[in-house]
Amino acid sequence: MITRDLLLDILKNIAAVIKDNRQFLTDLDAAIGDGDHGINMNKGFKAVEEKLDTVRDKDCGTILKTTAMTLISTVGGASGPLYGTAFLKAAMVVNGKMEIDNEDIVKMFDEGIQGIIMRGKAKRGEKTMLDALIPAYEELMNSLKDGSTIAEAFNKACKAAYDGVEYTKTIRATKGRASYLGDRSIGHQDPGATSSYLIIKTVADTLNR
Amino acid sequence: MVGIVVVSHSKKIAEGVAELCSQMAHDEQKIEAAGGTEDGRIGTDAIKIMEAIKKADNGEGVAIFVDMGSAIMSTELALDLLDEDIKKRVVIADAPIVEGSIAAVVQASTGSSLEEVIMVAKQSKNIVKI
Repeated sequence: MITRDLLLDILKNIAAVIKDNRQFLTDLDAAIGDGDHGINMNKGFKAVEEKLDTVRDKDCGTILKTTAMTLISTVGGASGPLYGTAFLKAAMVVNGKMEIDNEDIVKMFDEGIQGIIMRGKAKRGEKTMLDALIPAYEELMNSLKDGSTIAEAFNKACKAAYDGVEYTKTIRATKGRASYLGDRSIGHQDPGATSSYLIIKTVADTLNR
Repeated sequence: MVGIVVVSHSKKIAEGVAELCSQMAHDEQKIEAAGGTEDGRIGTDAIKIMEAIKKADNGEGVAIFVDMGSAIMSTELALDLLDEDIKKRVVIADAPIVEGSIAAVVQASTGSSLEEVIMVAKQSKNIVKI
């Protein structure tokens, strides 16, 4: 169960983690992309943090929809419409709800991933954020089925997302600017997968506090 | 008249293409530029694109020209954010941004339908230059 206040904490913590990692994400992106992932994500989540004050007494759906619309209008790069769509899809699952139960969490995660697949016309194994998100989702779903608490399940999902980021080092990019590099993209970890891992890790860390 | 929206990562490209198009257009032709981010960075903004589509639409439809990558993704997201009744008369042209926009504007200025405008714009893919 994630209460509205906990959701607000998670989003605030994501903004802080993205800020701390903005140079790291930008450096990763400079190697194979256009070198703006950290800057763009930081712009987006900084704006989200500022916007959260205006919706802190609203339901979880409104909070997540506000997050989505803010990311869409401020990020600038591909991660804007991708994360924006994911948050928008997740928001619809908890429309009007003040608390998010475990069933909702699984559904939100799934809807978010489906949104990214639809928007990015991508699939697993193409060196994108999906390579971190899909294994994390599967791990989360299975752990909850096996009786883990939500905090434990997110820890396992975080580990799966990390392994997913490591996996992106071994494959070539076929989506986005990195695809122009072909085999030269091998050896580099995907910046989008890395930011997805950081987001999942922040959820896990916040739940385990 | 079919409206035209030009989407680019660069504000200057979007405005420049729109400026060039307006030289070839009927006075009443709507041409909207949606380039760059709100704070002047290189990038695209689905909300800005959505507003440009609304401005360009006078009921006869809108043809959108995009540069690449996230410009396409942001435009598709902008379409999803629009009401169904507007969305159904908006098409992203599979055409080069400069040549396609110009071809579309000339065609739109004659009062052609959205389908005709998009078809002519698509043909600009095959322009041989030398």
